[in-house]
Amino acid sequence: MSTPVRTSRRSSIRGGEAASGWLFTAPMIVLLGMFLVIPVLMALWVSFSDWNGRGSPFSASVSFVGVDNYSALLGGGGLAEQDFGTALRNNAWYVLLVVPIQTMLSLFLAVLVNRQILRGRGFFRTAFYFPSVTSSVAITVLWLFLFSSTGAVNKLLSFIGVNGPNWFNDPSGVLHNILGAFGVETGPAALTGNTFLGISFWEWLAGPSVAMSAFILMAVFTTSGTFMLLFIAALQNLSGEVVEAAMMDGANGWQRFWRVTLPQLRPTLFTVLTLGLIGAWQVFDQIYTGTQGGPGKTTLTPAYLSYQTAFTNQAWGQGAAIAFILFVIIVFFTLFQRWLLAERKVSARRMRPYLQTPAGGSK
Amino acid sequence: MQRRNSRWLIGAGLTVVGALTLSACGSGSGFGGDSADAGGELTSDSSQGLNILIGSSGDAETASVNAAVAAWSDESGTDAKVSVASDLNQQLAQGFAAQKPADVFYLSTDALAGYASNGSLLAYGDELANKDDFYPSLVNSFTYEGEFYCAPKDFSTLQLLINTDLWAAAGLTDADIPTTWEELATVSTALTTDSQVGLAIGGEYARLGAFMAQAGGSLMNEDSTEVTANSAENVAGLEYAQTLLNDGVMSYAAEIGAGWGGEAFGKQLSAMTIEGNWITGAMKNDFPDVNYTVAELPAGPEGKGTLQFTNCWGIAADSPNQAAALDLVEQLTSKDAQLTFSEEFGPMPSIQSAAEEWKSANPTLVAFLDGADYAKGVPNVQGSADVVSDLNAQLESLKTGDAQAILDSVQKNLEALLK
Repeated sequence: MSTPVRTSRRSSIRGGEAASGWLFTAPMIVLLGMFLVIPVLMALWVSFSDWNGRGSPFSASVSFVGVDNYSALLGGGGLAEQDFGTALRNNAWYVLLVVPIQTMLSLFLAVLVNRQILRGRGFFRTAFYFPSVTSSVAITVLWLFLFSSTGAVNKLLSFIGVNGPNWFNDPSGVLHNILGAFGVETGPAALTGNTFLGISFWEWLAGPSVAMSAFILMAVFTTSGTFMLLFIAALQNLSGEVVEAAMMDGANGWQRFWRVTLPQLRPTLFTVLTLGLIGAWQVFDQIYTGTQGGPGKTTLTPAYLSYQTAFTNQAWGQGAAIAFILFVIIVFFTLFQRWLLAERKVSARRMRPYLQTPAGGSK
Repeated sequence: MQRRNSRWLIGAGLTVVGALTLSACGSGSGFGGDSADAGGELTSDSSQGLNILIGSSGDAETASVNAAVAAWSDESGTDAKVSVASDLNQQLAQGFAAQKPADVFYLSTDALAGYASNGSLLAYGDELANKDDFYPSLVNSFTYEGEFYCAPKDFSTLQLLINTDLWAAAGLTDADIPTTWEELATVSTALTTDSQVGLAIGGEYARLGAFMAQAGGSLMNEDSTEVTANSAENVAGLEYAQTLLNDGVMSYAAEIGAGWGGEAFGKQLSAMTIEGNWITGAMKNDFPDVNYTVAELPAGPEGKGTLQFTNCWGIAADSPNQAAALDLVEQLTSKDAQLTFSEEFGPMPSIQSAAEEWKSANPTLVAFLDGADYAKGVPNVQGSADVVSDLNAQLESLKTGDAQAILDSVQKNLEALLK
């Protein structure tokens, strides 16, 4: 880091380089500033103002209202808080299911199509990647047909004797349904009586609705291909020697994958998880084209709620506030999983098997 | 390191300032105060043409509005251009924020309060030459804080549609057309078979509200100043619907695999449905083989009741040529224009003087217009759209829900809006 600074101080010819550097990057910085930084700052201001959608948010008639917009969402006790809580609940379940499943599936697919002995690898790679390059609106429409009450999915289910649900019109929570099958229809008073963000804890634990589950399947279906590609690239970068060495040490395929390959994929895993997390928290197009938050608000997500609050309900400050809360949530989760995936010293428990073997004695 | 940071900061600072300057240039008067508000003289910059933004139901409506506007344009010599919005709310909002809105546009009842309260709309209702000809209940729907904002474009009411073939197959005659809740339950039962349900409706307030109206209730009073959502009448209305649902003689359209009541009715998944006059277009285009008749909804304990839906022609306060816009709206809401619209894409005229002609032109649809005498509007306070969508979400599980609890939550949410 410090080297270039020192050279620039020493040489006057190089001193000009900084200026030209700024000059060459200026167009991009101005563009980014205009279309990214300033709109974001404006939105931030709107989230603290009472701007009502008419004229410029910087005009004299718009005033600063402090955290009013945020407090209405986080503790107002009204419909705004309840909607925001519902949206967070829905999206949290969506993330909780989509991110791990898509990561595991894409890694699994990548390992499969990365094998040298597989015939027609190119075909499979293209096939798995195909959903990723199709527009999400087109796939949503396809999904609406597949998962309609008389659609292909329910036809298939009927062949194995399952009476499929009315997917996109079923607001019941999956976990509630499972509990219901065991005769638990209402939760204990401790869960139903207490609320967080206007939603009772029992409702928080409802699980994704059947409608949301269809979206979860869709997200997994469409994004696995993209992430598979990232994993393939990473797998091809791994040197064969390490795996070979592990083979010589007598590690079987399962052990080689978990103990040798996977740890080396850590940077890619981080990328995939981060991208997956961000994408899953920002889900919008599917909801906008598919269900618009229904049935029973169970596919409402913060991104869609933000749009709806601003454009339909004319509460611009609240809409912007939702967007910024969502931003904070995403940053928090990204940092959290960065901490989770950070390189650590091998724990004593993990180390023990190596120390006990004669070969490991040389540490 | 230190020096790098400060340079970076200077660079970033310059960028932000530069970009701010640029964006300030772009938005022109953006940093200035608001332009003149409504209330004074109408603007009449005749060099400016009119932009008309509509949310069209289809080609028929687009062509019809285009023709009417073009005729006005030829006559008045003012340019006018009709655009069809793909997302009306969003495009309106963008126009108002940029202070370059469309001059004349469709406006729904639930969007009125938001735009009226932030001064985006011109309250021109009292200046309309044909002001007294509009149905009073429609004028009420577009009155915000005592001011009549915009001219109702047209309106629709809900009535009962009956599939005449299935009706006859169940051994029912014209004398059996239900006029009371009991009779509705009886014929629904008679019409329910293995392959069809007696009555299918959309599971939302905009349909179930008709039962509440028949029981004598409504979510708010006529001026939208008082909340009456959890009244005993409303509870009775919902509980009646709940009984029909639980008896299996009425279903929500979504439950039987249809997108809306009209689709369930057209596909003969149900023998009856409750829809507005917009259904006639769908029946003609998609289900021409289904024979049906329109009857008035049965009377509840408090007599006849139905809901009405309407849009108006909004005029922007920022329009440079409000005088021409007003003239256009008067033309578009005139008797001739409305009867032409009705003929071409089906809505009912919003003025009383066109009623008789409309009835004689549409003898089979008379029930819809008769509904105007007792129809109730939907709440139009700001934020009511959210409350109604929350109510709709709860109504989806009305079968197992508690009508009183549902309406209590609506009461609470609506009261919060009036504070």
